[in-house]
Amino acid sequence: MKYIDEFRTGEIAQKIADKIIVAIDPNRNYRFMEFCGGHTHAIARFGITDLLPDNVRMIHGPGCPVCVLPIGRMANAIQLAQLPQLILCCYADVLRIPTQNGMSLSKAKAQGADVRMIYSSQNAIEIAQQNPQRQVVFFAIGFETTTPPTAIAVKQAQHLGLKNFSVFCNHVLTPSAISHILQSPEIRQLGSVAIDGFIGPAHVSVVIGSQPYEYFAEEFQKPVVIAGFEPLDVMQAILMLIRQVNTKRATVENEYTRAVLPQGNTKAQSLVAEVFELHRTFEWRGLGVVPYSALKIKSQFADFDAEQRFQIVTPSIADNKACECGAILRGIKQPQDCKIFGTVCTPDNPIGSCMVSSEGACAAHYRYGRLRRDCVAMLE
Amino acid sequence: MQGNIKPGYTRTLDLKHGCIEMSHGAGGRAMSQLIQQLFLPAFDNAFLRPMNDQACFSCTAGRMVISTDSHVITPLFFPGGDIGSLSVHGTVNDIAMSGAKPYYLAASFILEEGLPLADLKRIVDSMAQTSREIKIPIITGDTKVVEKGSGDGVFITTTGVGMVPDGVLISADQAQPGDKILLSGTIGDHGIAVMSMRENLTFHADVVSDTAALHELVACMIATTPNIHVLRDPTRGGLAAALNEIAQQSSIGMMLYEREIPICETVRAACEFLGLDPLYVANEGKLVAICAPEHAETLLQVMRTHPLGTNATIIGEIIEDAHCFVQMQTLFGGNRIVDWLSGEQLPRIC
Repeated sequence: MKYIDEFRTGEIAQKIADKIIVAIDPNRNYRFMEFCGGHTHAIARFGITDLLPDNVRMIHGPGCPVCVLPIGRMANAIQLAQLPQLILCCYADVLRIPTQNGMSLSKAKAQGADVRMIYSSQNAIEIAQQNPQRQVVFFAIGFETTTPPTAIAVKQAQHLGLKNFSVFCNHVLTPSAISHILQSPEIRQLGSVAIDGFIGPAHVSVVIGSQPYEYFAEEFQKPVVIAGFEPLDVMQAILMLIRQVNTKRATVENEYTRAVLPQGNTKAQSLVAEVFELHRTFEWRGLGVVPYSALKIKSQFADFDAEQRFQIVTPSIADNKACECGAILRGIKQPQDCKIFGTVCTPDNPIGSCMVSSEGACAAHYRYGRLRRDCVAMLE
Repeated sequence: MQGNIKPGYTRTLDLKHGCIEMSHGAGGRAMSQLIQQLFLPAFDNAFLRPMNDQACFSCTAGRMVISTDSHVITPLFFPGGDIGSLSVHGTVNDIAMSGAKPYYLAASFILEEGLPLADLKRIVDSMAQTSREIKIPIITGDTKVVEKGSGDGVFITTTGVGMVPDGVLISADQAQPGDKILLSGTIGDHGIAVMSMRENLTFHADVVSDTAALHELVACMIATTPNIHVLRDPTRGGLAAALNEIAQQSSIGMMLYEREIPICETVRAACEFLGLDPLYVANEGKLVAICAPEHAETLLQVMRTHPLGTNATIIGEIIEDAHCFVQMQTLFGGNRIVDWLSGEQLPRIC
């Protein structure tokens, strides 16, 4: 596959790995957080950790849209799906997210709810056109990558005069989440979690550009390297981060130059600005309430806002007490530190959200990295 | 006027515009007509002709194999096959994976009210042609009709019987540390061919299902290497599921080499943009063979001389592992676990 295979070559990976070994200071540790679930998935799937020296550790961040969706919003979606005659359209990732009592959208579907898995927001519009007698709700989730397609769907619905289409908006913002992590007491004051730098998101940065990260680099003195989702991108970004740390620099560097511009995709940004505005506060699973971290539909498009149409009130529902997803999402704990990892909580029976999507830290670790020494010892 | 009435006259089945109705399963004249005009002529053989509720055949002494498989698929027709050919291949392959030579098939149809007779005829003709090509006749069968909404067009269950040659003991619990793992060709073709036809997926993949009967390939393999330890066709859940099942049943681990696993370019590309892992995508005409290392090279050459095994490779080996992990050395130089599939394989958002 052209433009894919070039970024998955084992020989080049080994060369970068050799450079990393030359670059590191053996007397210190390097801890980098990959914010995005796409990177978590790539690290696990290609076995990148095996190519890194022991003192370079990757911390999985909260950038998995499925993992950070609070249980209350999932409960809302399930309630919507259970309304008679309603069709709920969603991306596949959310089908298996567990809520209270093990309920999920796929279980609601089995009990008779009309839940349709879609590949694009366009599918939801088509379903609304094909079912004029029924209400169709698009359960929109994701970071800046999936927001522009939702904006297009809303505008299209307005253009088509669809009376039976609305969006249950759960789009969240990357920069606010990174700020929140950096401002958390564990990192700022207590120093219990050392993060030496960030691998910046790939697809998100295609939309928002590299400029929004300059604030973190400067304010928190943490280097950021934006990287593509292919394994060589990740390896190269780690090398770039190590070099910044060694020279005590904290700037934004762009490894993903083949797709990310400093200003990002301005057309997508203006579409989003036209349809959405900032939520004052939004609860994230694992991070709690984060100010100005999510989007809601502007009043001029209120006709397409499912929250208004169905008067949705979101309850605050706590995670299972034994679940460590919150600490894992903030980088304080690793999946294998959780008592229920791999025992009660597995990809077949997820308790916490990090075990659901293959981008979630726990699912990625369970699926691909479980045989690592520390983990096997724990399972025994 | 009375003279014009022809006793016993029934209008011929309208195979062009007609549909399955509840009466086609009610045991009356309509059902008899469906069997007489559609099923019998297609499957015609000496066992079926007496129209009994069972087929009687003689067999020699030895170890007999029986296997049954239900086939449900959307869409009913896909590039490279249809539910008819699939239902013959599926059961034949399940029998062949014991090393047996398949002899006869039985077929049971659950038809949904409203199924166009033209579609049913196309499916039945495809089954009949497939069974004739591989010389394994369908010798008895049954049809039922369910109300509209209670089925998905047509469900087909086929059952087959076969005989295992003397001295052959092939079973999923026979893999031993040191054994080599062979794969007969590219993976994921069937799953991607079917997926490309699903209504809400509008991609055009230039790939056809690999649906095929593997019994002749197996016969060639056994002729040169009768002591193959394990055979398995990696259908639902793909190669990953088949290998994990074997690992559990044999209480061993596996080490695969990603660079040796053949995947066609289109399937790789389709999986890439759908966010799927080809290791978990279904196959209907591939097999995994596990044998002692000293036989692996001979077996590989035999497989490669058969049309269904031209792309065969040695993809890994059996290792000792109390956890029964299937591991893989990635193209990238790292290691990963190839785990069981959890739930359905669903596309990723990013």
